[in-house]
Amino acid sequence: MNYSVIRYILCKVLEFAALFMTLPLLVGLIYREKSALCFLYVIAGCLAVSLAGRRYKPKSQVFYAKEGFVTVSLSWIILSLTGALPFYLSGEFPTYTDALFETISGLTTTGATILTDVEGLSRCIQFWRCFTHWIGGMGVLVLILAVLPLSGSYNMHLMRAESPGPSVGKLVPKIKNTAMILYGIYLTITLIEITALMFAGLSLYEAATLSFSTTGTGGFGLLNTSIGSYSTAVQTIFIIFMLLCGINFQVFYLLLIKKTKEALGSEELRFYLGIVLAAAILIAFDVRELFADGFQAFHHSLFQVVSVMTTTGFATLDYNVWPEFSRSILFLLTLLGACAGSTGGGFKVSRLIVLLRSVKNEIFSVVHPRSIKKIHMDGRIVENGVIKSIQVYTMIYVLIFLGSFVLVSLNEFDFVTNITAVATTFNNVGPGFNMVGPAGNYSAFSGFSKFVLMFDMLAGRLELIPVLVLVSPRTWRR
Amino acid sequence: MQIIIVGCGNVGSTIVEKLSKEGHNITVIDTKSEAIRNVTTNFDVMGIVGNGAGYTIQKEAGIEGADLMIAVTGSDELNLLCCLIAKKAGGCHTIARVRNPVYSREINFIKEELGLSMVINPEDAAALEIARVLKFPSAIKIDTFAKGKVELVKYRVEENSPLCDQSLKNISSRVKCDVLVCMVERGEDVYIPDGNFILRAKDEISVVGSVKNSVHFFKKLGVPTTRAKNAFIVGGGETAYYLAKQLISIGIAVKIIEKDEARCEELSELLPQAMLIYGDGTDRNLLLEEGLPSAESFVALTNFDEENIMLSLFVRSISKAKLITKVHRISYDEIIGGMELGSLIYPKYITAETIIKHVRALQNSIGSNIETLYRMSNDRVEALEFIVKEDSPVIGIPLQELRLKPNMLICSINHKGNIITPGGQSKIAVGDTVVIVTTLTGLHDIKDILKS
Repeated sequence: MNYSVIRYILCKVLEFAALFMTLPLLVGLIYREKSALCFLYVIAGCLAVSLAGRRYKPKSQVFYAKEGFVTVSLSWIILSLTGALPFYLSGEFPTYTDALFETISGLTTTGATILTDVEGLSRCIQFWRCFTHWIGGMGVLVLILAVLPLSGSYNMHLMRAESPGPSVGKLVPKIKNTAMILYGIYLTITLIEITALMFAGLSLYEAATLSFSTTGTGGFGLLNTSIGSYSTAVQTIFIIFMLLCGINFQVFYLLLIKKTKEALGSEELRFYLGIVLAAAILIAFDVRELFADGFQAFHHSLFQVVSVMTTTGFATLDYNVWPEFSRSILFLLTLLGACAGSTGGGFKVSRLIVLLRSVKNEIFSVVHPRSIKKIHMDGRIVENGVIKSIQVYTMIYVLIFLGSFVLVSLNEFDFVTNITAVATTFNNVGPGFNMVGPAGNYSAFSGFSKFVLMFDMLAGRLELIPVLVLVSPRTWRR
Repeated sequence: MQIIIVGCGNVGSTIVEKLSKEGHNITVIDTKSEAIRNVTTNFDVMGIVGNGAGYTIQKEAGIEGADLMIAVTGSDELNLLCCLIAKKAGGCHTIARVRNPVYSREINFIKEELGLSMVINPEDAAALEIARVLKFPSAIKIDTFAKGKVELVKYRVEENSPLCDQSLKNISSRVKCDVLVCMVERGEDVYIPDGNFILRAKDEISVVGSVKNSVHFFKKLGVPTTRAKNAFIVGGGETAYYLAKQLISIGIAVKIIEKDEARCEELSELLPQAMLIYGDGTDRNLLLEEGLPSAESFVALTNFDEENIMLSLFVRSISKAKLITKVHRISYDEIIGGMELGSLIYPKYITAETIIKHVRALQNSIGSNIETLYRMSNDRVEALEFIVKEDSPVIGIPLQELRLKPNMLICSINHKGNIITPGGQSKIAVGDTVVIVTTLTGLHDIKDILKS
């Protein structure tokens, strides 16, 4: 293990944390809030630690996959720990554990909160809460790769460990340029959404914070009712941008370079849109009695489906009271998640496609034992190694899911609360059902359960493997 | 630059490593997904699995925007086809590895007709490197211009050398040889010398001249060139053939041991002046019987690294011959380097280096007419080769009347294949290539050498 390079990169992460915090600091200064001072302290602290840590250049540049995974996991942990400090110092959160839960929930774009009254927060704290979604959406190491001249081969290992999806595709030969394109697209979508929301009548502050929450597919809102009190037009804007950010960013790049055919031919994209539409229609039909007309039913059904599927977690109403069939579909969407290479979390549509096809293949090979058939996706052969890693991923996914479920059930809450709390944090969605439904929150959970859920959120965002590598004793053995 | 590399075997991945470190945007194509995975894990490049000669695959790799296509797969025909399609599809520069001697003999025709920028033959390149070492082992470094006709030899002036404490004017009037000392490195400093410059011990001088003349130059100076009179080669592969051909042309007696009888006969037809011995090169008695102890140089060129290393170690123990050992695997450089095997030759490495030199030159020459470029002495000095185009202001004027910028030296003029070491009366004509050594950087055209 090359500790010096890891230390060097972690110091860079701290510097970026300080950079990110200048924005809420600015907001705090504009609104003349006392909490702004907390950001100033934390920024100073981050810079001091990073200056001390970066005084010695790394001795060797040796960097393998192991270092990549460890660095990514540690960066996220460090970012969470420092990101929680302003929350805690401001005194607006009861304990540091709660502040940490909120930060991890923000960075992993989950949107699960321990707060009972969101509206009582000061503006700069609210801004930072939503801004963590934006940071976590694309990933902080991708940003570091985009702007810093990290020489050597270690950038690929970092990118691989942080990017969501079964296999990492580059858009252009160089990782730096790939990262820049990704952030460029991300920033553009965010700016368009801010503009759109402002046209729809929101203030700049509201538009910016809510846009960060949407494009990061996070789900922190500004009001206790989440998105419920906004007009239908604003809600529709949210639907569109949530849906966009759940799409693989490669599609946008292909559209940019005018390869429309490849972009729209993506099987994952078609599956994703198909599932959203089917689920929205089914639920709209199921809940038609609760609304005045069919349009209202479809609008709210579509909003909830898109919000859950893209793992955002906004809500226009308390869908906890919906019929059981609709709740079941929303639960399945919670587990499924968005496309690979998007800002959304969850299991990813592409993995589902490959799994379904490998099941089909398996049945086929029982019927024709000597047949040889390869799995295709987007006109390419999916290699056996990829299929195997997806199957193993599924196994680990189920194991962690069940293990966390058992640990969280120590709280003695009801079954639905426990299982949806784990599912919704593990897949970075946010709201579940019953106690943790759209109208509820996580404040009632014990400290231990909160730590289990924090682990789930990190593991879910980093796609399991990096976190497992970090906690595996074999990694640290000499 | 946008570069597409087809084939990532040993040479391919060496090129990828070097070029990606120099900051180029590289896309690699190979049919083996394993090889692609290896390269993309270790280097910041994009990989595509598929046949590099396919138009669709090339398009996917972005051939339209590419500056250069390098085809280094194991097959000559595939390489040529890759380049041909790339040329038609993207109009980029192309480099192909072609190793079959049948094609090599007509390589100039192929290169011209297919519009390739460069053709590299690994065996030929290795042989060239070996021949250079055998010709003049005291040289620190040798670079070539004008397609190998002009050499830039870097040589260290030892104490007691006849060059010591002499001015360049004296030296040239004494030896009367058509070469030019174009650069002197003394400690930390670099000089572009004139006639009154006095050489000191431990200076490192760079001498430019045609191949024949630079050999003469060092000979006349009485520099202890341990140039071998004969060469003992074990292994009769393609490298041995190219090497023997070059050595014979400069009058070195060649003895080749090869264990395949048919190959011996073939070589004997191709190289009438060489002595072919049919036998196992690892047979100790045979080696002794054939006069190995009296050989002045020994070149181990079998296809097995282990055999080559063993042979060289054996020869070192029984004679003082100049040793040259061919090694294929680069990975265990440290161990092999410590074994005193004489000069080590890595054919794959040489191939990669040659291609990279070309790429560097290409990079510098986009939008200019630089033919070759070398950076020397920590990039402080550049040696450039320019093509003189029709409207150039330097044509037809005696050099002494040209108003050159300071620290600028015209070292050699290639006039229709004749290498001229320029004097004050020499003139540059259209179509010549001119070698310039300078401490100024960023020259793009021959007219840049003039004071504005």
